[in-house]
Amino acid sequence: MTHVDQSTREAHWAKTKGLMITTLIIWFIFSYLVHWFADSLNAVSFLGFPLGFYMAAQGSLVIFVVLIFWFARRQHAIDVEHGVAEEETSGQQN
Amino acid sequence: MAIIKGDFIDNLPKVYGLYTGGFVVFILLMAILEQAGLGADTIGILFVAFTVVIYATIGWLSRTMQVDAYYVAGRQVPAVFNGMATAADWMSGASFVAMAGGIYFGGHGYIAFVVGWTGGYVLVASLMAPYLRKFGCYTVPDFIGTRYGGNLARFLAVCVLTLASFTYVTAQINATGTIASRALQIPFEVGVWFGLLGILLCSMLGGMRAVTWTQVAQYIVLIIAYVVPVIWMSNKQGFGLIPQLVYGDAVMRLGELETLHGVGTKPTEAFAGLKALTVAHYEAGTTFAAKWKFVTLVFCMMAGTASLPHILMRYFTTPSVKAARQSVAWSLFFIFLLYFTAPALATFTKLQVLDPNLATGIIGKAITEVNALDWIQKWSNVGFLAISDSNGDGILQINEFFMRGDIVVLATPEIAGLPYVISGLVAAGGMAAAMSTADGLLLAIANALSHDLYYKIIDPKADTKHRLIVARVLLIVIGACGAYVASMKLTSILGAVAWAFDFAMSGLFFPLVLGVWWKRANRQGAIAGMFLGLLSGTWYLYMVKWGGMDPWLYIDHLRFGIIGASVSLVAMIVVSLATAEPDEETQRMVDEVRIPKGESVLSSTH
Repeated sequence: MTHVDQSTREAHWAKTKGLMITTLIIWFIFSYLVHWFADSLNAVSFLGFPLGFYMAAQGSLVIFVVLIFWFARRQHAIDVEHGVAEEETSGQQN
Repeated sequence: MAIIKGDFIDNLPKVYGLYTGGFVVFILLMAILEQAGLGADTIGILFVAFTVVIYATIGWLSRTMQVDAYYVAGRQVPAVFNGMATAADWMSGASFVAMAGGIYFGGHGYIAFVVGWTGGYVLVASLMAPYLRKFGCYTVPDFIGTRYGGNLARFLAVCVLTLASFTYVTAQINATGTIASRALQIPFEVGVWFGLLGILLCSMLGGMRAVTWTQVAQYIVLIIAYVVPVIWMSNKQGFGLIPQLVYGDAVMRLGELETLHGVGTKPTEAFAGLKALTVAHYEAGTTFAAKWKFVTLVFCMMAGTASLPHILMRYFTTPSVKAARQSVAWSLFFIFLLYFTAPALATFTKLQVLDPNLATGIIGKAITEVNALDWIQKWSNVGFLAISDSNGDGILQINEFFMRGDIVVLATPEIAGLPYVISGLVAAGGMAAAMSTADGLLLAIANALSHDLYYKIIDPKADTKHRLIVARVLLIVIGACGAYVASMKLTSILGAVAWAFDFAMSGLFFPLVLGVWWKRANRQGAIAGMFLGLLSGTWYLYMVKWGGMDPWLYIDHLRFGIIGASVSLVAMIVVSLATAEPDEETQRMVDEVRIPKGESVLSSTH
């Protein structure tokens, strides 16, 4: 068992959960909410596209890609902050 | 093999850079030979044969007799390359061949697949991949079996995995057979076995290590093959070099053309397997039913993505937990490159066919004139399209033009009048897409059966050599079963693909998520969740598809995972709470999984 005390573990997990929830809220908006209103959004023109179509064909996808890169950075920052990130070399041994 | 050891990893960018350059040179060579008079058929054969030989060579060079190399590629695949391999693993024959065609016919409603098959990676990154990597398992049932304990839980996970992956792999072998038979001019039944041979050459000798390095090579081929024709075509139509960003005008123009041609008028005739265009391109549903169908399909594809073992196991191969997270991001980036191109391709192809101002437009032209076109003749000869003057006015109406969705990708180069070398390239790309997914799926099944069923349950004392031989024999047996089922042509390609997602989410989604995120989840709960989830999902599929039952709330056979996963969640929570909480050792295991630091829960060779 890795030596990390209980309070650090709890603080780290609380922040990790917070990040997960934030990520999934953004995910929910762009996976479901905007597409529910696609019909109304189509009245808006974006880059020449009807916005509802654009979000499904491209917009949501771009947001997902950016979201995961952002998530990976944030989670690593949380790990470092609580001293539970991997040591740089330990990865090679696993 | 020397080139695969040590410095091979450091030299990856160089190796694959050279490979990409070599492939481009090959394309140019084919283009020159075409100008010199080489026949279209020969070019098709050379493209498919050349690429398959390269994959097989990589597979042979990556052969191994080490357990961790065979199961998890030695856990040394860098994030970016694992991203490419995952993208190839992910994008199947269906994505490559059928997706643009689906959008062509289904419009906005169909794009739910595009949203679902990308957004699922947010779930993979935030809920699953990094934790499974920390766990150090070889297979997905390995996680279930160790986290929850006991052979029954492990066995049920193997069952779900096998059912979902096998459903999926028959569709892929079917696709390799279709492409091989067309490009090599052999019967479909022979093409299926040829495709299987290529797939086995890539995976059998080197397991995950071989599959990883061939998948990277296959990604490069498939993305070039998908994007180049679209860019070329858009250039011809004056939409510029990055058509994905500027096809808004084409989308709007389609709206006008749909009114002009009366899209939506039902055809009065029918041709088996062919469809006429009746759905508007960008208009979204206004009714509750249409909106609900969109979001439920998105949800099924997303939860399925996050439960499909052949995808999850790719993240077991990264050097660290951090790399696993980054790798999910890179995977989605590489997938995105194809998925945001597909709607553009569907739009351009539709414009080509519908716009009377373009030389290629056929709707509204005289039937005799259209029938004289080369590509119309070629594809109607093989039963991919049909033209019939239903109202007898001598003019081709939109509801008199029938075709198969696959044509959008396969025939677009010809419709747009591009040289044949592009068609050969597209065939090679489709082959790469179908082979890479089939590789990953076959390996996922064979690994689960050899590691979890044979080694962990039946014979825990088996030595390394024995285990790896069993794994390979299983690979051949499962591949042969898949090819046999595929040669019977049971369902259309896409029906089976959506089912695989529903099976996976019914049985595995909540046991995997709660295994990390809910410490209280215990063995009894997981067993109930997997068993009842899979049972109810399968029952619902049967009743809706064959049993004559009316779907509840528009949840049809493509969405049965909603039923399965809901039952699985409820069963898992109720049974877990009704039985004793997991022992201290298990709880500590969960604590360990939640932090990246330290040794993995399972040792590196277990």
